Amino acid sequence: MENTLAEHRRNVDRAQLIRRLRAVLPASALLAEEEEMRPYDCDGLTAIRQLPLLVALPENEEQVQAILRICHELRAPVVPRGAATGLSGGATPHPDGVLVSLAKLKKIIAVDPLSRTAIVQPGVRNLAVSEAAAPYGLYYAPDPSSQIACTIGGNVAENAGGVHCLKYGLTVHNVLRVRGLTIAGDIVEFGSAALDAPGYDLLALLNGSEGLLAMITEVTVRLTPKPELAQVVIASFDDVRKAGDAVASIIAAGIIPAGLEMMDRKATHAVEPYVNAGYDLQAEAILLCESDGTPEEVAEEIGRMQAVIERSGAAGIRVSQNEAERLRFWAGRKAAFPAVGRLTPDYLCMDGTIPRRRLAEMLEAINALSERFGLRCANVFHAGDGNLHPLIMYDANQPGELDRAAAFGAEILELSVRFGGTITGEHGVGVEKIMLMAEQFGLPEIDAFHRLKTAFDEHGLLNPGKGVPTLARCREYRQARAGTATASARP
Amino acid sequence: MDALLDEWAGRIREAAGHGGKLAIRGGGSKSFYGGAESGEPFAVGDYRGIVAHEPTELVVTARAGTRLVDLAAALAEKGQWLPFEPPVFGPQATVGGMLACGLSGPRRQAMGAVRDFVLGVRLLDGRGEVLTFGGQVMKNVAGYDVPRLLAGSLGTLGVIIEVSLKVLPRPVAECSLRFAIDEVAALQRLNQWGGRPLPISASAWHDGVLTLRLSGAAAAVAAAQRTLAGELLDEPVADAFWQSLREQQHTFFAGDAPLWRLGLPTVAPPLGLGPTLIEWGGAQRWLRGGEADAVRAAAAKAGGHATLFRADARLKAAVGVFQPLPDALARIHRNLKLAFDPQRIFNPGRMYPDL
Ligand SMILES: Cc1cc2nc3c(=O)[nH]c(=O)nc-3n(C[C@H](O)[C@H](O)[C@H](O)COP(=O)(O)OP(=O)(O)OC[C@H]3O[C@@H](n4cnc5c(N)ncnc54)[C@H](O)[C@@H]3O)c2cc1C
Repeated sequence: MENTLAEHRRNVDRAQLIRRLRAVLPASALLAEEEEMRPYDCDGLTAIRQLPLLVALPENEEQVQAILRICHELRAPVVPRGAATGLSGGATPHPDGVLVSLAKLKKIIAVDPLSRTAIVQPGVRNLAVSEAAAPYGLYYAPDPSSQIACTIGGNVAENAGGVHCLKYGLTVHNVLRVRGLTIAGDIVEFGSAALDAPGYDLLALLNGSEGLLAMITEVTVRLTPKPELAQVVIASFDDVRKAGDAVASIIAAGIIPAGLEMMDRKATHAVEPYVNAGYDLQAEAILLCESDGTPEEVAEEIGRMQAVIERSGAAGIRVSQNEAERLRFWAGRKAAFPAVGRLTPDYLCMDGTIPRRRLAEMLEAINALSERFGLRCANVFHAGDGNLHPLIMYDANQPGELDRAAAFGAEILELSVRFGGTITGEHGVGVEKIMLMAEQFGLPEIDAFHRLKTAFDEHGLLNPGKGVPTLARCREYRQARAGTATASARP
Repeated sequence: MDALLDEWAGRIREAAGHGGKLAIRGGGSKSFYGGAESGEPFAVGDYRGIVAHEPTELVVTARAGTRLVDLAAALAEKGQWLPFEPPVFGPQATVGGMLACGLSGPRRQAMGAVRDFVLGVRLLDGRGEVLTFGGQVMKNVAGYDVPRLLAGSLGTLGVIIEVSLKVLPRPVAECSLRFAIDEVAALQRLNQWGGRPLPISASAWHDGVLTLRLSGAAAAVAAAQRTLAGELLDEPVADAFWQSLREQQHTFFAGDAPLWRLGLPTVAPPLGLGPTLIEWGGAQRWLRGGEADAVRAAAAKAGGHATLFRADARLKAAVGVFQPLPDALARIHRNLKLAFDPQRIFNPGRMYPDL
């Protein structure tokens, strides 16, 4: 896998930068020794590692502002970092920049049950918000599987989703206000405590901006009342096509499940010995389909879901009988990545989204690619919204395997685009998928993205080399692609 | 159709070359909204038609000139709709205008706004270039979220030519309840109810009467109706009432007094600025009359903002339509405008005088 950050080198006077930062930060908040910085050399995309010039660990917004002002003045790149669970290399350090960890900004400033909002600092963990809201019968709806570890700042920056976002929305639907700083150190409020704000919807723009537009220092999230009851149907299929059809049929029946997830046989076999979720290991694919609401509502909806799933030819159907069983069924799904991680030295997690009706077709294509590349692949899908997470297993110590895994992944994502979808549904572009942006967008759009970025960051200092490829690189990519296309067309 | 886009691109390039200004117009149903139209009329209502509707994908794609009423009818055939209830303000209203104005109806409190449902757009920028952002799938974080940025941008960033929207099935059951209650108590109740898992989809308080709409599964609606008590409205009466709010045909909206729209935290206390109608659980408050500085100051103090929604041109020009922005934010707005429309040809002054 290629590290495109090498193209964004800057000439930064390290000694001067250290001197200036030391003057505004406590000694413990600036790391400059290699062994201290080593733990920060990658995020969840471990295939790319890079030491930053420096690591800063600010404790409050004033320190963040001071860091940004100095870096802006000295034209030093800045990379924001939350919990580094990101899977696309959004928090991969820049060789000439300051990696700014927001981990110490972890105060829950307020939880207000009446307005159903919480104000939190960016380093607060996703799950901690729900825990703080629980005494009031409320919770924070977006629930990425990494929710024990990942931070709200990182969630906003990636517009993170979860297994319940089909019904409850993504991060962008559950955040009212973001306070942040531009690279120049200006404090800006995006959105408001109301449902809208005057001017352009910059709040929407900030969600999923991968730390390229502003450094987030405070977030107001919406809290949702806990449903009285939730139950999950777990269905087994002897054929992935039937499972894919069941997904479309559920939606066609006018049902919006609270969660609708699919796992293939490789995924269930990885998970079962790890968490004992009780999955049917004979099945080619399983579906998890959840209903929540009042007891009457859930009874009615579960009945409809069962009927539709039966008609789709499920080999077996079970309904969770109590909360413990429901959580056990979900535990398997939520542990899918680490479970696959136990089976292989390394894995790459893909994140394409496609129209739901093509789920089965995609699974079959992935199985064929898996054979062609000689690499195993387990599939867990947010089926309800067509978001796929093929987990490609490889061994980085075997020469050429990482490149083969990356090429396998790229083919899946190219196929996602061809199916009318996207290269990333929730994990972001980062450094990992930066070249594939040229697959999904034309040069005019790429150019527009750069201009948009410049509106916030004139000198391109905030997280440079991520998210959007340079126009020159896009042209190269397209020429190379055109070249292979004509080459393979020749007899 | 593509010939039409070529022609438009030509006009845009010409305007850009000669310091021209273009006033983009879909159906004209919302030309009252925002700052005065200025520039050469640029009619886009003829670029219409539903391009794709995949009911099982919950997505519809339509050209921007498609009439909202036609879109609603096509969705209704499949038991679907746009749950944010965009007001039409006239049968000629278009999909592009809906996105550009970013307005939502009574259900916004439960279902979200236009920006929450837009998945993809095509637009012509200020260079006459056709740009495609987002797509037709529910989750997509490739590139910046320009589709949502366009919601409420009032045509200042480009000519919207095609829109993809998430759609939803219509709720199975609904009922509306009425309560005699004063403003303070109504706000208190709305916020308390909001913290409970009740299927409240819309709410309105005016003149001592609070009306609630419940929507969802039949069992959930029936259970909530029993819990909340209140006087049950006949269905036709209820439908007419909610429709009159969405389309501003309710008597509250009649007459010439300036109409202010305040976006506030739901828990903001009554502001006591004049005749008020509350929606969205307290988050949207309509006000008749009121002096601009006082209204804006009160809204800001309560954590929100005020829009001069309907007023005569003179007042709008004098006090501006939208709450002024702090410097750093205003700077980003100007930069963004130039990023999409470097010669500032689209809808000058429709949002802020310097955009
Ligand atoms: C096991 C596992 C399961 C996962 N499951 C899901 C899932 O279900 N859904 C999902 O969406 N994702 C999932 N992820 C991906 C990841 O957890 C999310 O992207 C998460 O939002 C990242 O949060 P973080 O705090 O770790 O951010 P980081 O990884 O530290 O950073 C992510 C990006 O955000 C930027 N950033 C971080 N903080 C700030 C800030 N304060 N201001 C500005 N920019 C900032 C960084 O620069 C970077 O670009 C999973 C990851 C793992 C390892």
